[in-house]
Amino acid sequence: MNHKMIFYLTAQIVRAVGILMVFPLIVAGVYGERPSALAFAGVGIGMILLGTVLTLKKPKDTSVFTREGMAVVAVAWIACSFLGALPYFFSGEIPNLADAVFETASGLTTTGSTILTDIESMSKSCLFWRAFTHFIGGMGVLILMLAILPQSDTRTMHLVRAESAGPTAGKLVAKMSSSVRILYGIYIALTLTEMILLLCGGMPFFDAITTAFSTAGTGGFSCRAGSIADYGSAYVDGVVTVFMLLFSVNFTLYFMVVTGKGLQALKNEELHVLLGIAAVATILITGNITSVYGSLLKAFRYASFQVMTIISTAGFATADYTEWPFFSQTILMVLMFVGGCAGSTGGGLKVMRIMVLFKSALKEIRCTLSPRSVVVVKCDGRAVPKEVVHGIGYYFIVFMFLLAVSVLLLGLDGHDVPTTVTAVITCMNNVGPGLNEIGPSGNFAGFSAWAKLLLSADMLLGRLEIYPLLVLFTVRKK
Amino acid sequence: MDILIVGCGKAGSILAETLCSEGHNITVMDKDPEVVRDMVDNNDIQGVTGDALIVSDLKEANVDQAHIIIAVTESDEINLMCCLMARKCGARHSIARVRNPIYGEQLVFMREELGVSMMINPEYQTAGAIARMLRYPNALHVETFAKGRMDLAEIKVLPGSILDGLRLMDIRRKLKLHLLVCAVRRGDDVTIPDGSATLLAGDRIYITAMHAELAKLYKEVGDVKSRMRSCIIVGGGRISYYLVRQLLELGFQVKIIEQKQERCDKLAEWFPRAEVIQADGTDQDILLEEGLAGTDALITLTGIDEENIILSLYAKKLGVDKVVTKINRTSLLPISESVGLENVVSPIETTAELILQYVRAKKNSENSNIITLYRLAEDKLEAIEFIVRGGTKFVSKPLSELQLRPGFLIAGVIRGNKRIIPSGADCLKVNDSVVVVTTNRKIASLDEIFQD
Repeated sequence: MNHKMIFYLTAQIVRAVGILMVFPLIVAGVYGERPSALAFAGVGIGMILLGTVLTLKKPKDTSVFTREGMAVVAVAWIACSFLGALPYFFSGEIPNLADAVFETASGLTTTGSTILTDIESMSKSCLFWRAFTHFIGGMGVLILMLAILPQSDTRTMHLVRAESAGPTAGKLVAKMSSSVRILYGIYIALTLTEMILLLCGGMPFFDAITTAFSTAGTGGFSCRAGSIADYGSAYVDGVVTVFMLLFSVNFTLYFMVVTGKGLQALKNEELHVLLGIAAVATILITGNITSVYGSLLKAFRYASFQVMTIISTAGFATADYTEWPFFSQTILMVLMFVGGCAGSTGGGLKVMRIMVLFKSALKEIRCTLSPRSVVVVKCDGRAVPKEVVHGIGYYFIVFMFLLAVSVLLLGLDGHDVPTTVTAVITCMNNVGPGLNEIGPSGNFAGFSAWAKLLLSADMLLGRLEIYPLLVLFTVRKK
Repeated sequence: MDILIVGCGKAGSILAETLCSEGHNITVMDKDPEVVRDMVDNNDIQGVTGDALIVSDLKEANVDQAHIIIAVTESDEINLMCCLMARKCGARHSIARVRNPIYGEQLVFMREELGVSMMINPEYQTAGAIARMLRYPNALHVETFAKGRMDLAEIKVLPGSILDGLRLMDIRRKLKLHLLVCAVRRGDDVTIPDGSATLLAGDRIYITAMHAELAKLYKEVGDVKSRMRSCIIVGGGRISYYLVRQLLELGFQVKIIEQKQERCDKLAEWFPRAEVIQADGTDQDILLEEGLAGTDALITLTGIDEENIILSLYAKKLGVDKVVTKINRTSLLPISESVGLENVVSPIETTAELILQYVRAKKNSENSNIITLYRLAEDKLEAIEFIVRGGTKFVSKPLSELQLRPGFLIAGVIRGNKRIIPSGADCLKVNDSVVVVTTNRKIASLDEIFQD
């Protein structure tokens, strides 16, 4: 492995994230928050200096292959989770370091689980940084770096593949730097649109910004303890629901719409499946909770928001679903695994994987019944290559295995079973809330420090799709 | 420019790699998903798995946006057909690799009626390169400019030769030759020298001169006979066919050794003036019997790279003046160079080089007055041909009054049919072609080479 290059690229990312701390610093300046301003300025300058010093000498050998790409992604994300946690710690807003790391990992991985018990007492700049980490993490820190600093090396594909969500990664146009810029353009344009629409609905400026950032990364941090429910507006609910859906769609489709291939984009099978799952779940839950709210319309409003927030892995809340019938809670728990489409900012297993898993299961059944039949797994009318099908199968197995191990370990912390199980599920799928203690009205403060670090690791595993982190633990054969 | 490359064989991958590093937007297309994936992994390019003759596949590769489509698949017919389809879909220029000489003969029809911009026959071009090597046996490489009106030759300075230890300002006086040393390559460094620079043994120098003067120089400095008369060609394939035709025109005595009786009959029928031997060209006795030791040049053109290398090494040991080796597998090129084979030709590299020249020229002609651009000395040196337009400050002033920026040199001027190797008294006139040699990239116009 090319350790020097991994180091170099990581240092570049650290510097880029350091520069991004200017934004919370500005917020701190606007609201006159002295301790937070000092913390962000100090950590930001520290990260920029560290990054600059370590990138002074470019390694001679700049080759980056799959292994290096994965290692860079893993090291960079871990480094950012720790360094990004320092402002919370130094400003005294989150006095416990494990808590601060959990909050940052949850932000960057766009999980949205929180350990904060009293959100409104936080400084505005820290609240902004929470939402902003969602925005950075949604698209990925490496892709951000590639957009700012185009790499002269031609093997950037390995970096992007390691960080992007979904079983396959592709480029929109021939050049990687142009591709990532287009992606960021779409991302920023959608975020700004949501911000404006929220402002039109009478949301305060600061809340509109942070909510838009959280939705964009499908994160779920809110600057209110009551999340979106606090605004009490059906319009706001509606806007957030629609944008959670928009951000969990493959961004390639937007590029197709922009380049005049809109009709083709609408025919995308993964999109249909996503809409189908969301629709079925919404209908089932609406029927199930009508008795709770007394009106079909109200039930639909809460059901559709909750379904979308879970399937997109955002994790906002407009209703405390832990008070809903168990059937609805079970549906939501299953939805946590689905996640958004491949190539979106959503977490979870991704609709694409579910589709392929389901189709290959059907294929196996058919082949068992008539052993000589040849069945090909197809998506969008094209055969999915066998390696991809197998890769998805193994990914699912490894995912479930790590999930089981995490649940077992977390069991040691002594919480009830639904809390323990859903804590791991929600973290690995980057959703946010779980059931019981960690439901929409609860939080993760009750876990002990080591459990929080374990859950932080789970979040990174889920966001980076496992393999990059595993690379760090592989021993190279001599 | 947006360039679509169809066919990811060796030529396709060299092209994709080089053009991508020159900043073009490259899309590659091949039937084999694994090859495409591999290419995309290692270069900053886009890949499409698909068939070159299926419109929907071509459209997926954004053929309508492409400035140039380059078809380098295995088959001539697919390449031509692909170019035609791409042109109809909206690609602006098209280049096809076409091996069959019969297609090559209808080039004008293809270009004017069907819109294929360029057809490349690798074997024909390779034969041309070999013929140039034999024509200027002392030069390692010869590039031609201005449609063949000017040559830039690469020569090695041998220990003890008259060039060894010579100061450049003394060169015209001592050799009594009107020539210009444009660049010196010492180890890995390439410099544009001034008059005070001294040549050392082992340097490779790039020279422009008139044909006749160049020949005289070879006589003075060379270790090889300045004029070749006889040669032996081992292998009678397509390259041999083109090569023999050219060598006979140059007045060479040509001997071809070929194993297959049928092919020998054909060759004998086409070239009555050449001597055709039916035998195994790798047999030592036969080579000696046919006079390998006494011949001026050996050209190894068998289908097996290893045989070519070994034969060449053997001929070098016997003291044959000029040994030319053909190698198909580009991976063997550095190896062959390291064992001391200096004159190596590779059809794939030749093809790629020609296409690269075309693309560079297209790119440059789009927004500047550059006509052609060559990369020399492993891309460390550029030779650029400009046309002098009116209204610029340097026109009609003697060159000695104009200050050139460091790293630039005017290597030659072509006025009408006249070639001028410039000295301080010469001046540039409107409509002259000027060849500038530089180690500095990124110049777009002639104005940029002069100091203000």
